[in-house]
Amino acid sequence: MTLQAKPHAEESLPQTEFTLRVNGRDHPLRTDARLTLLDALHDRLGLTGTKKGCDQGTCGACTVHVDGRRVLSCLTLAAQCDEREIATVEGLGTEDELHPVQRAFLEHDAFQCGYCTPGQIMSALGLMAEGRAGSPDEIREYMSGNICRCGAYQNIVAAIRDVAGTEDGGRADDVPQAEGGRP
Amino acid sequence: MRPFTYVRAHEVGTALAEAEADSRADFLAGGTTQLDLMKDGVLRPDRLIDITRLPLHGIEERQGALIVGALVTMEELAADPVAGRRLPLVREALLRSASVQLRNMATIGGNLLQRTRCRYFRDPTVAACNKRDRGSGCAAVHGSHRTHAVLGTSEHCIATHASDVAVTLVALDAVVHISGAAGDRKVPLTGFYRTPGDTPDVENDLRPGELIAAVEIPLLPEGARSDYLKVRDRSSYEFALASAAVAVGLGADRRIEWARVGLGGVATVPWRAVEAEAVLTGSPADGEVFASAAAAAVAGAEPRPQNAFKVDLAQRTLVRTLQTVTGAGS
Ligand SMILES: Cc1cc2nc3c(=O)[nH]c(=O)nc-3n(C[C@H](O)[C@H](O)[C@H](O)COP(=O)(O)OP(=O)(O)OC[C@H]3O[C@@H](n4cnc5c(N)ncnc54)[C@H](O)[C@@H]3O)c2cc1C
Ligand code: FES
Ligand code: FES
Repeated sequence: MTLQAKPHAEESLPQTEFTLRVNGRDHPLRTDARLTLLDALHDRLGLTGTKKGCDQGTCGACTVHVDGRRVLSCLTLAAQCDEREIATVEGLGTEDELHPVQRAFLEHDAFQCGYCTPGQIMSALGLMAEGRAGSPDEIREYMSGNICRCGAYQNIVAAIRDVAGTEDGGRADDVPQAEGGRP
Repeated sequence: MRPFTYVRAHEVGTALAEAEADSRADFLAGGTTQLDLMKDGVLRPDRLIDITRLPLHGIEERQGALIVGALVTMEELAADPVAGRRLPLVREALLRSASVQLRNMATIGGNLLQRTRCRYFRDPTVAACNKRDRGSGCAAVHGSHRTHAVLGTSEHCIATHASDVAVTLVALDAVVHISGAAGDRKVPLTGFYRTPGDTPDVENDLRPGELIAAVEIPLLPEGARSDYLKVRDRSSYEFALASAAVAVGLGADRRIEWARVGLGGVATVPWRAVEAEAVLTGSPADGEVFASAAAAAVAGAEPRPQNAFKVDLAQRTLVRTLQTVTGAGS
């Protein structure tokens, strides 16, 4: 393969055009259709807060909101998001004033390496909007899509409880605990 | 991922025409199976037809059934008040599936068509997979198969169908509404799926280019008792090792007037356990009856060394669910 051949081949790949609206700002894009929302945010728009953990839909590090709902940006095509409202961790708080969830994560030491944290925070915001921070067990169940390799789970739950005002409470009624029959 | 052309359809007719025009086109709904498998190189479409903007997002109660548009998400159906009241087992199966983020993306149509989690199917560097490449063999039969199926298997494929909600839907006699270039048709979900036999690549009754438009779920009669129990390696965000969907009508004399039973995590298709239903119907709701119903459900099981535990586990899961719904014999 010659050096010139590559860009030529790239240009001949099927392209799509659309507008990504992220944290209230429009970004017109023309790209290879394969671009995921995660790669668009990270590599095209320079919004590096959203993280790539598994790139396979299993870890939650890439959690963002599309039209107000928490989703995984690694399994979403950027082109699918034309005219949708995307919210990322960069849209939270200001230079001087952190968002209450960000502050609670700091105060409760809810991370170690911090790689999962933007996803945890975006997911926690979704959790509270859904009304699912009613008890520690409910928080654990509905945050289970966000994996933390450093195992900061206890403090993540504490941070969310702090912001949501979650009672100590027993177990959520509709959340079965470790059902029996483990082999 | 292989390059593809992205097209977006706004009308069902356009989506069908796009699919008809290109035999190497795939539909894209929530993308949680489709994009995942494209990244792995298992699916390699030339054209991806984004169907998320088709007008198939409604949930409607009609003549004793809930008509759920194919693009309704798992979270949306779980939040539907009629489903919560009249189909509590469906709601339970949905809320025990995947994670909130995935359920906000994943659609009901896509869920029914999700592909197996068999690690050999999902890894194109493994040559032997009859589901990917008919006639190439099955790496799981003599390989790693702890999570694989014991019911509905063949020597050519033992991959488990991983959907939770489909297990409740086969038990409830749901009907799939299909649209195609050649016309619309309705297929009962119990007749929709194909066990592998010697063509594991053929998984269901959908013809090339056809679209699932809706799923019709008959509501349970008032007073019915039902539940879905999912047993897994961890208590959340994990696929089932075994699961049971049960609905029964209990008479004043505590006899079971009618019963519906589905099993998940143990079969190649969402499994309707008609043998168990026959044992339960007309029998008293007690532990002995539950045990014989569970034994009948797995009578045809073909366990292999690593998944033999599932024969016991499926029975215990079913018995536990029957105890919960009838309040008997614990
Ligand atoms: C990490 C992870 C964990 C999961 N855990 C669970 C679990 O515990 N329980 C469970 O049940 N599932 C689980 N799933 C599977 C998930 O529920 C499915 O991937 C999802 O439901 C598929 O829906 P979708 O809308 O994303 O479909 P897509 O990925 O968009 O499509 C799936 C397939 O169906 C086709 N298709 C989609 N819609 C239509 C239509 N209307 N008509 C015709 N063809 C169509 C597509 O072409 C594609 O081939 C999990 C998935 C992941 C990634
Ligand atoms: S990077 Fe998206 S879920 Fe892990
Ligand atoms: S803080 Fe390191 S992965 Fe969560």
